[in-house]
Amino acid sequence: MITYLSNNTDVILAALRQHIVLALLPVLIGFAVALPIGYLGVRFPRVYHPLVNVCGVLYSIPSLALFVFLPVILGTKILSPLNIVVALSIYTVALLARTVADGLRSVDELVTQSATAMGYRRFRRLVDVELPVALPVILAGLRAATVANISLVSVGALIGVGGLGQLFTRGFQLFYLEPILVGIIASIALAAVADLAIVLVQRLITPWSRV
Amino acid sequence: MNLSYLFDAAHWDPTLSGGIPQLILSHLGYVALALLIGTVIALPAGLYIGHTGRGSFLAINAGNAGRSLPTLGLLMLMVTLLGLGLTPVLIALSVLVIPPVLTSAYAGMRSLDQRVVDAARGMGMRPWQVLTRVELPMALPVLMSGFRSAALQVVATATVAAAVGLSGLGRLLIDGLAVNDYSRVLAGAIVVAVLAVGLDLLLALVQRWVVSPGLNPSPKGPS
Amino acid sequence: MITFEDVVKVYPGGSTAVDHLSLELPTGKTTVLVGPSGCGKTTSLRMINRMVRPTSGRVLIDGRDVAEQDEALLRRGIGYVIQHAGLFPHRTVLDNVATVPMLLGRTRKQARTDALGLLERVGLSAEFAKRYPAQLSGGQQQRVGVARALAADPPIMVMDEPFSAVDPVVREGLHREFLRLQKDLGKTIAMVTHDIDEAIKLGDVVAIFRQGGRLAQVGTPREVLANPADDFVAEFVGRDRGLRSLSFESAADLPVRPLSEVGDLELDDAGRPVGYGSFTRADSLRLVTDLAIISPAGIAVRVDAEGVADGIVRHHDLVDHLAARRREQP
Repeated sequence: MITYLSNNTDVILAALRQHIVLALLPVLIGFAVALPIGYLGVRFPRVYHPLVNVCGVLYSIPSLALFVFLPVILGTKILSPLNIVVALSIYTVALLARTVADGLRSVDELVTQSATAMGYRRFRRLVDVELPVALPVILAGLRAATVANISLVSVGALIGVGGLGQLFTRGFQLFYLEPILVGIIASIALAAVADLAIVLVQRLITPWSRV
Repeated sequence: MNLSYLFDAAHWDPTLSGGIPQLILSHLGYVALALLIGTVIALPAGLYIGHTGRGSFLAINAGNAGRSLPTLGLLMLMVTLLGLGLTPVLIALSVLVIPPVLTSAYAGMRSLDQRVVDAARGMGMRPWQVLTRVELPMALPVLMSGFRSAALQVVATATVAAAVGLSGLGRLLIDGLAVNDYSRVLAGAIVVAVLAVGLDLLLALVQRWVVSPGLNPSPKGPS
Repeated sequence: MITFEDVVKVYPGGSTAVDHLSLELPTGKTTVLVGPSGCGKTTSLRMINRMVRPTSGRVLIDGRDVAEQDEALLRRGIGYVIQHAGLFPHRTVLDNVATVPMLLGRTRKQARTDALGLLERVGLSAEFAKRYPAQLSGGQQQRVGVARALAADPPIMVMDEPFSAVDPVVREGLHREFLRLQKDLGKTIAMVTHDIDEAIKLGDVVAIFRQGGRLAQVGTPREVLANPADDFVAEFVGRDRGLRSLSFESAADLPVRPLSEVGDLELDDAGRPVGYGSFTRADSLRLVTDLAIISPAGIAVRVDAEGVADGIVRHHDLVDHLAARRREQP
């Protein structure tokens, strides 16, 4: 294992770097898109159930199929990283739009009513009261989406762009254990670090929910 | 991009090896076995942890830890260790089932109204009766939602079986990709998605059938 | 009879919930354990059906130590009612009530038929049978809780704050039902409440607990109100215990004045008073006092069983009567 690591440091680091970009960029994009969509699901109650169902269907599309298929729709090259980024953004939206809606719906009616009674207008109330109160739920969804993305990127290796996943396919083709193990460990570690980072941010910005 | 592969009757010949019906069957076979194995392991563990409160840390973190495990990597690792075959695929897919089932069984047991459990004991139910007649039926909605999300995930992920030479709907994706036949890839993606949605609907029906109407947020009844 | 013999309960961590409790709960009577929160009343109650095990001492039912009996069988023979009823949300009202009979091996059909009768007993019509607990009001749920506890016709009922989760008006109705039922059934009942008024109203015997799990006083409601054992009990039963103790004094031998003393007393054709509050010989002095105070003329009218006025009481008569009684019974 040590020999493999020292002989292939550059390859591993490049794979890791690609993995980070491919996994986390979609989290940012997906989060930005999911916020307004999730809000719509709360603002217009009739939208909520269709929204949940559409998200469910989107999430059930196999990642491999989406990776392969996006080039056909987007006109990108099959080896373009853009396919992975768009696909994972779609998953992130599917996961987070629902979480945002659920988080906002979980805000105590008494809290929003008293905010309204104090003279808050709708948008200001959303930013000052509802979003902060819903934040623990939303951030829990963000953690799940981030961790899922990090593990999903590897599947891209089957079409040639998969960050650490390329270590899996290489090891598989050569019947060689080390790259697979290194890939798995690095992927899990990356997920753990990202997860921890979000937890720390959450502790920092929601001091009231600290136990 | 077109739907010609999907709508070509020849590909729907049920006797054809590699035809869509047989691929669906083998795909569902992997899914069913993985769900069975994963549930047999995770359900008792989750119920036990939820009931006793011992090992809560494990149950709470199983969800995130499980999600962070790259299934493709695990699958290829298992193949490298055990050789090609059904076993490595089932291991990788079962590992996918464990976290949601474990977490939801735990959460379901923890969410129980303890006053009701107290009443059940106080009325003279034995521990096994309390579990099967009161706790399990009450935890069922949460449990079922965990099982459904596990099923959705496994249906989608079982496509990777084809990457290590097995059957299932992943064949359409992998083989189509290999020969640049996007119509075949599209057919695979659509069939998998339809299968996932169909299975979820089926499980929703099962849920409606096994979960008491009294547990719905606003139960309807003869009033 | 339920007997507590020098029972102690110390929780892990060292806090004493029950401190050397010795108490007898007479057969066929309602004994109410009452006290402030943390006084060990609920812990004591839960020892009767072995939901809590004593650290030392024994709890006996008709001379048999509960610790020597099969836990589940013991509990099936004791009706259990708790706050918020604790109904099974996934079972219909009927199946909730049928639970214990079915545990005891009765057929589903038989258990359900019996359950229907019980629902009626607690004042719920058959239309509630097929509903789920979530479709009932708090008061209705509590009635189902009582019916469920009565289902196997247990000689003993253990009731943990059974009426405290409902509003005062509903509670009043449940109290009436309870007294009516208990008059018919004559169960041995152990009940916990934190409400002294409820204890006095429902209990044949009241056991007052103080903090630290010690028994402060046991007696009939009348005894406890008339002779509190110490300052704690006096404080706990309240400042108006004198007035409340009149609930136990009969109006039967209260002297009345002739109707003619009140010139403008209006009677209807049947001789029933109009515009005045009335009482019968069977009522309590508390009611008479209340009527005399709220009447602008300071008068309460006594009527016979048919409601025909046969005398009046002025409020100073009441004061004299009470003073005379005080002299008779020092």
